[in-house]
Amino acid sequence: MDTDKLADVVHVEPPAAREMVRFDKVVKRYGDNVVLRELDFHVKPGERITLIGPSGSGKTTILRLLMTIEKADEGKIHVDGDCLTHTRRGDHDVPADEKHIRQVRKKIGMIFQQFNLFPNMKVLRNVSEAPVHCLGLSRGEAEARAIELLELVGLGTKVDAYPSQLSGGQQQRVAIARALAMQPKVLCLDEVTSALDPELVAEVLNVLRNVAASTDITMLCVTHEMKFARDVSDRVLMFDKGQIVEEAPPDKLFTQPEHQRTRTFLRAVLEEH
Amino acid sequence: MIWDWAYTWDILPELLRGLVVTVQATLVGSVVALVLGLVLALLRRSRLAVIRIVTGGFVEFVRSTPLLVQLYFLFFVLPSLGITLSGFQAGVIGLGVHYATYTSEVYRAGIEGVPRGQWEAATALNLPSSRVWRSVILPQAIPRVLPALGNYVIAMFKETPLLSAITVLEMLAAAKGIGNQTFRYLEPLTLVGLLFLLVSLPASFTVRRLERRFGH
Repeated sequence: MDTDKLADVVHVEPPAAREMVRFDKVVKRYGDNVVLRELDFHVKPGERITLIGPSGSGKTTILRLLMTIEKADEGKIHVDGDCLTHTRRGDHDVPADEKHIRQVRKKIGMIFQQFNLFPNMKVLRNVSEAPVHCLGLSRGEAEARAIELLELVGLGTKVDAYPSQLSGGQQQRVAIARALAMQPKVLCLDEVTSALDPELVAEVLNVLRNVAASTDITMLCVTHEMKFARDVSDRVLMFDKGQIVEEAPPDKLFTQPEHQRTRTFLRAVLEEH
Repeated sequence: MIWDWAYTWDILPELLRGLVVTVQATLVGSVVALVLGLVLALLRRSRLAVIRIVTGGFVEFVRSTPLLVQLYFLFFVLPSLGITLSGFQAGVIGLGVHYATYTSEVYRAGIEGVPRGQWEAATALNLPSSRVWRSVILPQAIPRVLPALGNYVIAMFKETPLLSAITVLEMLAAAKGIGNQTFRYLEPLTLVGLLFLLVSLPASFTVRRLERRFGH
């Protein structure tokens, strides 16, 4: 994959604020179960952070709240200087309406564990559909860009295939191209290799490494691939019970974790691999 | 009673004219049922509770009352409210609306069968909601419910004789008319059954092929 070429195709607009993502006292509950407890954290423009922690610790929920797939019960989320969850009406902040959410959400993209490609569309249309309807590109422009992106993820020959005709690794690479086609400033990666056969993990991680190396996209990554987390991230956040237990650059957190909870978690994960 | 072939050939053209009316009523009724059913299914997912409740109430009401009563109402009661419909118009509206309440449930099942990840991907791509429906959800929901929709079209076809009760000269009305004139009911009514079978069987076969193609 040609990293310079990728930088040419994916133009990320410069950041509008000093913080690309900010969570302010965000609470998320499912019934009586409090998944996030007054969570505060921020991500700088271009920063790559990895969220680690035991399952049920709320990592994926953070990505889903940011992507507006779920709604926070309390607190505010800001993206690139705009509040995603609320709008100002007079002196009050009121919950954002769909129009406002769509305006802010266009800065965010997401790649899912289960790929979630549209099975009724060929690969080319999977990648070009949203740019036509959300970025206002003509069908021709969107397809030309989709082809460039698909070539960059090594799938230039698969434009006319349906997702069901591709391997899991190929599907996930299409999903990456599809997310990049929207020129997001922030990219959420939700356990993107967990559903893949072991031999297909590398092809997906390589593509993501290149995206990280050649663009300024801010990335929030939930993963169990500790080596990938170490290679790509600037900061690792250890979660437990809906709160950040510890955060540090990967070299420090993986070699000299301070918190006992982090140590036990890392030991368990590393034994598994 | 012995089967009279000469009489059979004699009455066949009139019965075929009735068959044409039957098929026309089924086709127009199906269009109403398939389009209105989808509209009802979408309204039942509206964000506004009022729309959901009113639509749900309408669907329950129509499904819980006999089609024949609805046809009588459209044909005999509406004129007193200033709306006069021909028998055929009242018939296709009655059939269409009645079956729309069934097809709306079919569409609903189809829509609910689309995996949640598809909605989530559409959200992540920021697609406008009308586009999500047109490009993502309905193209996945409808193929898998085509067999069920087809079965309702066939069921509707077999219910068209009810239209004879509101003066529509469909096949059964034609057969009964012939019988009343000649006092021979064997041939016309047997032919009606056979003609229904002649259309239903290939239609059922087509639905079974759809099931094989889109079945899960």
